[in-house]
Amino acid sequence: MPLDNVVFWVFAPIAVAAAIGMLVTRSVVYAALFLVVNFGCIAVMYLVLDAAFLFAVQIIVYAGAIMVLFLFVIMLLGVDRIDVRSERLWLQRPIAIVLAIGFVLEVGAAVRAGVGFATHAPVGFEALQPAGNTQAVAEVLFRDYFFPFEATSILLIVAAIAAMVLAQRKVRAITQAELGEELENEAADDVEPEIEVTP
Amino acid sequence: MVDAVVGALVPHSVGTLWLIPALPLAGAAINLFFGNRLGKWAGVLGTATVFLSFVVSVAAVLNLLSYATESRLALQHLFDWISVGGFNVGADLRLDTLSATMILVVTGIGALIHLYSIGYMAEDPRRGRFFAYMNLFVFFMLMLVLGANYLVLYLGWEGVGLCSYLLIGFWFTVPGNAEAAKKAFITTRIGDTLMLIGLALLVFKFGTLDFEVIFGTAGSVLTKDVATVIALLLFAGAIGKSAQLPLQVWLPDAMAGPTPVSALIHAATMVTAGVYLVVRSHVLFEISGVALTVVLVVGVATALFAATCAIAQFDIKRVLAYSTISQLGYMFIAVGMRAYGVAMFFLVAHACYKALMFLGAGSVIHGMHDEQDMRQMGGLRRAMPWTFATFAIGGLAQAGVPPLAGFFAKDALLEVANHTGREVVFVLGTIAAFLTAFYIGRMICMTFLGRERSEAAEHAHESQLVMLVPLILLAVGVVVVGILQLNPDGAITQALEPVVGATALGAGLSVPALIGMAVAVALLSLAIAWWIYGSGRVDTVAFRARLEPMATAAQNGWYFDRAYDVVFVQPAKALARLTSDVFDALVIDGAVNGIAGLVKRSASGGKLIQTGFVRTYALVLFLGAVLVLGFIGVRG
Amino acid sequence: MRTPIAYFLLLGGILFSLGTVGVLVNRNALRIFMSVELMLNAVNLTLVSFARMHNDLGGQVLAFFSMVVAAAEVVVGLAIIVSIYRRRRTIDVDAAREMRW
Repeated sequence: MPLDNVVFWVFAPIAVAAAIGMLVTRSVVYAALFLVVNFGCIAVMYLVLDAAFLFAVQIIVYAGAIMVLFLFVIMLLGVDRIDVRSERLWLQRPIAIVLAIGFVLEVGAAVRAGVGFATHAPVGFEALQPAGNTQAVAEVLFRDYFFPFEATSILLIVAAIAAMVLAQRKVRAITQAELGEELENEAADDVEPEIEVTP
Repeated sequence: MVDAVVGALVPHSVGTLWLIPALPLAGAAINLFFGNRLGKWAGVLGTATVFLSFVVSVAAVLNLLSYATESRLALQHLFDWISVGGFNVGADLRLDTLSATMILVVTGIGALIHLYSIGYMAEDPRRGRFFAYMNLFVFFMLMLVLGANYLVLYLGWEGVGLCSYLLIGFWFTVPGNAEAAKKAFITTRIGDTLMLIGLALLVFKFGTLDFEVIFGTAGSVLTKDVATVIALLLFAGAIGKSAQLPLQVWLPDAMAGPTPVSALIHAATMVTAGVYLVVRSHVLFEISGVALTVVLVVGVATALFAATCAIAQFDIKRVLAYSTISQLGYMFIAVGMRAYGVAMFFLVAHACYKALMFLGAGSVIHGMHDEQDMRQMGGLRRAMPWTFATFAIGGLAQAGVPPLAGFFAKDALLEVANHTGREVVFVLGTIAAFLTAFYIGRMICMTFLGRERSEAAEHAHESQLVMLVPLILLAVGVVVVGILQLNPDGAITQALEPVVGATALGAGLSVPALIGMAVAVALLSLAIAWWIYGSGRVDTVAFRARLEPMATAAQNGWYFDRAYDVVFVQPAKALARLTSDVFDALVIDGAVNGIAGLVKRSASGGKLIQTGFVRTYALVLFLGAVLVLGFIGVRG
Repeated sequence: MRTPIAYFLLLGGILFSLGTVGVLVNRNALRIFMSVELMLNAVNLTLVSFARMHNDLGGQVLAFFSMVVAAAEVVVGLAIIVSIYRRRRTIDVDAAREMRW
C-alpha cells in the first residue's frame, strides 16, 4: 500500500472525528483540545500534499499560538462551565445539520464535475522545488507576492495595537484604603461570577 | 322725452329694450352688495328700478302699437352668446304684443308689490337681501318673456326657479321653510329637465332655437309625431312651473315664503310662465294636435282638483295657493281650446286680482300679528276696512262677478268651450267656477265677516299706507282691465292676434244666455257660501264633520304629497342611506381600512423575521449560500 | 501520490460544514470562534490541494497568508470577547437581542 494513502486514510477520519468531538463536547476546554488535534491532522495532510513549510507553520502558529491564546482567554474568563439555559431557537440545530449535509453533497457534486474522483495529483511538483519546499515558497512569496507580504506585516502590527487598546482597563492609582476594602470584599464573598441569565 | 324714447325703438336695430331687464338687474346687484348698509333705502331702490323698468316698458309698448298691426315686432341683438359649429344663439330680445303684455304685467304689478314690501318687510334685518332677490327675479322673468329664442327663455326659466327657491326659503331659520324651498326647486326641476330635452330636440330638428325660424318653418320640418313629442316635453316644463297636475305639490308649501313673494312669484308671474311658454309655442302644439288635447285635459283636471282642495283649507294663504293652481288650470283650458287670446287675458286679469288678494292676505296676516289660520279670524272688516274692501274686489273678480276682470275672462272661456262644441269642458268648467266662487266666498266670510273668533282678531289693526296704496291701485287695475276687454274680441285679445291668431268660434248658446248662466252660478255660489260661513246660522264645524273623510283629504291635497313621499322620497332616502351606511361604510371604508389592515397584518407577520438573534441571521445566510450553490450546480 | 486529489477536497468540504454547524449551533462566543478557525483551516487545506493539483505554489502562499491573517484576527477577536465579557458578564451571543422587532 502506498504510504500517502495509508497516512491519508488514518489521519482524515481522525480529523473529522476531532471536529465532531469539538462540536459535541460540553466543556469548552475539551473543545479547544479537540481542535488542536484537528489542527495536527491537517498539518499531516499538508505534509502529504508536499507542503512541508506549511506543515511547520501550521503547528507553530495554529496549534502553538492561536490555540494557546484561546486557552488563555478561556481560563481568564472562566467560562468553561456548562450553559444551563434551554435552547430558544429549537429549529436551529436541525436546519443547520440539514444544510451542512446538503453543502457536503454539493461540494461532492462540484468536485466530481470539476475534478473527478479519479484524478491523481500530476507529477512534476518535485521539479518546482529543487531546493526544497521552504525555499520554493520563499522565492514565490518574496518575489511575486512581496506587496501582500508587506501589507500583512502592517496588518499584524495594527492587530497587536488594537488588541492592546481593546483589552485595556482604565488604570488609576489605587489608594490604600480602597485596596484594603477590595481585599476585604474578596475574602468575604469568594464566589465566582455567575453566568448571567438575561431575559 | 317720450319722443326720444319712442324714437329709439326701431324694429331690427339697437333700441332700449335692454333697459327693461337691465334696470332690475342693476338694482339686484346694488342691493346684493350694499343692501345691508342701505337700510330702508334698499326697498326704495328695489321699487324704483322696477318702476323705471315699467316706465320704459310702457314707452316701448306705446311705440310698438304705433306700428301697423302686421309689423308690430321689435328685435334687439345684444351679443353673440353661443357660436359653436353651425349652432348659433344670440342674446336676443323680442318685443311683440305677446311679450308686451307680459312685461307690462311683470313690471307693473311687480313695482306695486315692491312698494308693498317696503312696508311688509320693514322690520326684517335682511331686507336688503330680500329686495336683491326680488329684483333679480324680475330680471329673470323679463328675460324669460323678452327672449327671442328658446335659450334666453330657458335662462329666464331657470333663473326664476332659482329666485323662487331663494325667496321661499328666505326665512330659512324657521324649520320647514328650507324644505319647502327645496321641494319647489326639485319639483320644478323635473319639468325643467324634460323641457330641456325638448329644447335639445328642437336644436336637433331645426339647428337653431330662434322663434322666427322655428315657428316659420315648423310646418315643413316637423312631422306630427315629432311635434307631439317636442310639444309634450315643453308642456312638461310648463306643468312644473305652473304647478299643474301632477307637479302641483310645491305651490301650497311655497306659501312659507313672505307674502309679497307669494304675490309676485306664485300668483302673478312665475307660475304664468308656463302659460306664456305654451302660447308662444302654439305653432308646435297646433301641428301636433294631440298635445293640445293633453293640455286641455290637464287644465280641466287641475282646475277641478285644486278647487276641491281650496274649499277645505284653513290657512288663508293656502286657499289662495290652491286657487292659483285652479285658475292656471283655467288658462290651460283656454290654451287647449286654441283660445290663446282668452288665455292671455285670463293671465292678465288673474295676475291683477290674485296679487291683490295675496297682498290683502298679507295685510290681514300683518294685522293679526302673523296669524294665518282663518278660524282665528273673523269680523276684520271693522278693524281693517281698506283691506276688506280691496280684498273683496279681488275676490269678487275671481268669482266672476261683472263688471270686474275675472268675469270677462271666465265668461269668454266658457263661451269658447260652448261654441266649439266641447260640452264636457263647458260643464266641468262651470262646476269649477261654482267651486271657485264658493271658496272665495268662504274665505271672505271667515276672514272679514261675522264675529271675532280670537284675541288676535280683536286686536287687529289696519296696515300702514305704504301697504295700502298698492292694494288700492291693484283694485283699480282689476276694474280697469275688465273694462278694457268687454268681450272676447276686446282690446287685449285683438292686440294679441298677430301673434296668436284669432279664435275660431262656432255656434252654441247665445252670448247673453251664457253671461246670464255665468253670473247666476257665481252669485248662487257666493250666496251659499255666505249662508254657511257668513250668516252665523250654520255650525261650520258640524258641517265639515259631515263631509269627512273627504274634507280632510281635500285639505291634504288628496294625499298627493303622501303618495310622492312613499313612491319617490322614501326610496330615494333609503337608497341614500344604503349608499352611505352600507356601501360607503362597508365597501369603501372596508376596502380602505382593509388595505390598511392588510398592510398592518403583513407587517406584523413580516417583522417576526427580525428575531434579534444573530444565529438566525447566520443560518439564513448559510441557507442562501447553499441554495445559490445548488442553483449554480444544477444549471451547470 | 496515490490518493486522488478529490478526497482532500472532500475532506476540506466536510470540515467546512462541520465548522459551519459549529458557528450556527453554539451559543458560547469562544466556541463559535473556534468553529470559525476550523472553517479557515478547511479552506487552507483546499487551497493547498489545488496547489498540488495545478503544480502552482501560489496556493501554498495564499494559505500562508490566510494563516497570518487568521492569527491577527484571533488576537483582535479574543480582545473583543474579553471586553464584552467585562461589560456584560456573559459571552452568550443570544444575550445581545436588542435589535429586534
